[in-house]
Amino acid sequence: MKASLHAILYLLAAPLIGGLLAGWDRRISARMQSRPGPPVLQPFYDVLKLLRKENVVVRRSQNFYILFFLLFVMFTGALFFAGADLLLVVFALTAAAIFLVLGAYKASSPYSSVGAQRELIQMMAYEPMVLLTAIGMYMVTKSFQVQDIAAHPTLLVLALPGVFLGFLYALEIKFRKSPFDLSSSHHAHQELVRGITTEFSGRALAMIEIAHWYETVFLLGWVYLFFASIPVLALAACLLVFLLVILTDNVFARLKWQMALRSAWVVAIVLGFGNVLVLSLLPPP
Amino acid sequence: MSSFSKSPWVIHYDASSCNGCDIEVLACLTPGFDVERLGVINTGNPKHADIFLVTGAVNEQCREVIRNIYDQMPHPKVVVAVGACASSGGIFADCYNVAGGVDSVIPVDVYVPGCAARPEAIIDAVVQAVAILERKRKEMDAETVSKEVA
Repeated sequence: MKASLHAILYLLAAPLIGGLLAGWDRRISARMQSRPGPPVLQPFYDVLKLLRKENVVVRRSQNFYILFFLLFVMFTGALFFAGADLLLVVFALTAAAIFLVLGAYKASSPYSSVGAQRELIQMMAYEPMVLLTAIGMYMVTKSFQVQDIAAHPTLLVLALPGVFLGFLYALEIKFRKSPFDLSSSHHAHQELVRGITTEFSGRALAMIEIAHWYETVFLLGWVYLFFASIPVLALAACLLVFLLVILTDNVFARLKWQMALRSAWVVAIVLGFGNVLVLSLLPPP
Repeated sequence: MSSFSKSPWVIHYDASSCNGCDIEVLACLTPGFDVERLGVINTGNPKHADIFLVTGAVNEQCREVIRNIYDQMPHPKVVVAVGACASSGGIFADCYNVAGGVDSVIPVDVYVPGCAARPEAIIDAVVQAVAILERKRKEMDAETVSKEVA
């Protein structure tokens, strides 16, 4: 009962929180560039406007994939906040991303195809680390269930410092922030036109945006798990991680995809696998 | 609802401008003027854009490009001709390769005077364009209603 309540709460509140976070992101980024920046509610204005635009498609089915992308992202987050199996959450997240990629391929324009390929490369880059995070959490708590991990009495980050740092690296890729904004960039950079979102306009683009808000809240929820035994510290950690993501977005230039992939795997092997290896040799008390 | 007035996304195309107006368009986006505070984003993608900013006179080579970009923008959309050349061909109007202002290819809603157009004038044009966007959306709604009645 409590689990389904959490899931419903997520489905209702996540777009609001995610949208506000996106607004703060744009405002803080603007301040870092010594501009006043847009109002905090700007992402909501954008989505409201997109919903009122004409529906232009290359192929009718492309928006169908985007609908499923949104539904699967919502499903992923709802599973997570309902306290379900972390591995299932990881694969639901992958399924969601695949729908976005399929939609971009379906639109069959060179820009969205390049964006889709790059999205696949980014998935290849972050997936190992995300899986290692789930495994690391299992090794400490002896459970893949999110509710058991959240209820664990010790601070997970103390046993998993490497996994936590590696997860932050994966988070940068998943958020599509500089230096990893390869497939599509959120701020108005124009290389490759708009990558994976090039061919989507109006309602479909609004759905991608809303899915992004859901994703942000879900991923910050995962950061929360590392500090779950002290809720105040956990919330502060989520906020700090979000600020760190904005900071790196503004200070780094974009990496080439080869470098993004290579560095992500090195981080996953050294920090992620290294941490898991140490845990298996010296089990936590 | 005034959602268009809060989030006008623009696409900028240089027809055959001397770059004077282009630099002024970009100046609007820099910290000095920062049009993002009005919700303006320079998208670079016609499918995401609401307002089409064209600078420079139209020559025979870019006619098709302008028409193509215009056709790819989803309704409602507004065209702003930035500067003297985009408005009428300017001092290049009599050149052998110049077709004229932007309105010789696509319907223009707002004309910005100046050589080069001042950033303040361009921002003013965007603000006026937003009101036209809102009006065009209303006309679209009225059309669908009249179709349903018929």
